[in-house]
Amino acid sequence: MGQITLEGVAKRFGEVEVIPPLDLTIEDGEFVVFVGPSGCGKSTLLRLIAGLEDVSDGRILIDGTDATDASPARRGLAMVFQSYALYPHMSVRKNIAFPMKMAGLPQDEQSRRIEAAAKALNLTDYLDRRPGQLSGGQRQRVAIGRAIVREPSAFLFDEPLSNLDAALRVGMRLEISELHNRLKTTMIYVTHDQVEAMTMADKIVVLQAGRIEQVGSPLDLYNRPRNAFVAGFIGSPRMNLFSGAVAAEYGAETVGVRPEHISVSAEGGKWKGRIGVSEHLGSDTFLYVEETGLAETITVRSDGEVSLRHGDTVWLTPNEDKIHRFDRNGDRIA
Amino acid sequence: MATRQTASLARLMRAPAIVLLLIWMLVPLGMTLYYSFLNYNLLNPTNTSWAGWFNYQYFYTDPAFWESIWNTLVLTLGVLFITVAGGILIAMLIDKPIFGQGIVRILVISPFFVMPPVAALIWKNMIMHPSYGVFADIAKFFGAAPIDWFAQFPLFSIIVIVAWQWLPFATLILLTSLQSLDGEQMEAAEMDGAPALSRFIYLTLPHMARAITVVILIQTIFLLGVYAEILVTTNGGPGFASTNLTYLIYRAARLNFDIGGAAAGGIIAVVLANIVAIFLMRAVGKNLD
Repeated sequence: MGQITLEGVAKRFGEVEVIPPLDLTIEDGEFVVFVGPSGCGKSTLLRLIAGLEDVSDGRILIDGTDATDASPARRGLAMVFQSYALYPHMSVRKNIAFPMKMAGLPQDEQSRRIEAAAKALNLTDYLDRRPGQLSGGQRQRVAIGRAIVREPSAFLFDEPLSNLDAALRVGMRLEISELHNRLKTTMIYVTHDQVEAMTMADKIVVLQAGRIEQVGSPLDLYNRPRNAFVAGFIGSPRMNLFSGAVAAEYGAETVGVRPEHISVSAEGGKWKGRIGVSEHLGSDTFLYVEETGLAETITVRSDGEVSLRHGDTVWLTPNEDKIHRFDRNGDRIA
Repeated sequence: MATRQTASLARLMRAPAIVLLLIWMLVPLGMTLYYSFLNYNLLNPTNTSWAGWFNYQYFYTDPAFWESIWNTLVLTLGVLFITVAGGILIAMLIDKPIFGQGIVRILVISPFFVMPPVAALIWKNMIMHPSYGVFADIAKFFGAAPIDWFAQFPLFSIIVIVAWQWLPFATLILLTSLQSLDGEQMEAAEMDGAPALSRFIYLTLPHMARAITVVILIQTIFLLGVYAEILVTTNGGPGFASTNLTYLIYRAARLNFDIGGAAAGGIIAVVLANIVAIFLMRAVGKNLD
């Protein structure tokens, strides 16, 4: 079981309110991702749930019982830190055993769980090494192993992949997703990378300046962003946002069109522009179109076989059904 | 080719410093060795003759010899224990953010800036003195008879004084080590359910092992040669109760004017210091790599 409920939880450091009161429910077994730009309070929120920071206001319920004042150890949660936070002078085996040793588990039960975790995480050959002798990805797996053996009611991940290189990151992303499918334990995952959020989450919580901007499934957020911030944050490359005359044409203060919802043609279309940079990825081509008079650049996603180059004149046509409209406050219209 | 030239040039460039250091070390050692085999007394310097092993035999059979070695060990180990244990405690205290942290840290470190004879005199006349001392006042306040520290507990008194002087050094080194302890590790241990004492035993102490080693090694070098504190307080007494090896050598040289005997004592001290050094490196040196 691992249902976590936040009721009016707020955090202030002195006069500064980092997190205004917010409510959030995380269902048992859900994979929830907190995502937002740096400094948005997502890590603080995770630390509040972990109990490493005290809440200034509100209550935290874990499986229905009030855990607001419980010590981190009592909450039955396990955390994986960005720096891995392995104990450098202990072997991998002792690192993984540490929480069980602290809990006073019998020796054979400890060994059984260590073996199981090591097998699941491909660490069997490294059990007697020290963290300093492992690569980044292996250290990450040790940190996850240390969390698994506690059999927590929920896992908390604080930007666990930020210190890994791009290839490893994709691999670990898959491993964590597989782990979640196998264990079916609640996981809360903090990241600033919206690709990680989109690929892993059952539910994404978009945060900005400590406020929850939107909560929803990845496709919810992609298809119906509640405001201009979420629209601009979710999706890669970013959504094109226009204000002024184009927006007024659609009866809105701001309109947004995703790069994949603009078609490009060399013959004719709605908006005329010149290609500044074209990025050919093979599967896709990203065109950065300038001199449209609408925005500094418009990003367009086209298929991989486009032969347009820098300096070519093109016409762009947005897919009218896929235009997002936002009012003066940035909130979605209809 | 180029690297070989650079290497030989480098050797040439650092040769003067190394030669100077060698002379610096070998000349006094050689002279001490030489004197230790001479009958050489300053009261009669013209009558100098070859003594063979007599000086060593004389120093070794001195009734104060074994007592002074025992005192040296007790003094060194006692001060090491107090400074390392106390240093860890104080370092952990002043590592916490408190009001006036800068001033508190300077105050903690300040005893290190007081030169040994001055520190010893302050302790002798203002703190441990049986009639004017602070300890005597405290004893009188509670209606107890004041203790004459240097007469009743001479070696312990000197251990206290020397420990007071070296505590700042240990604290400083251990504090810097403590400050480099990763906060996330501590938080991870907290989440893992480790109470404060376990976190100290399993994380803080192993993290500080290297710094503790440095403190022990450096302090041992200086503690084997404690001298000024004994000179200005107990003069090695009563009897030989607070005489260490260094002070015994001083007695031979400057009170008995026996240069030969003092030199022999010096060589014995060098040999003993090297034995201690080998044991220390074996015991704690592995923390250094």
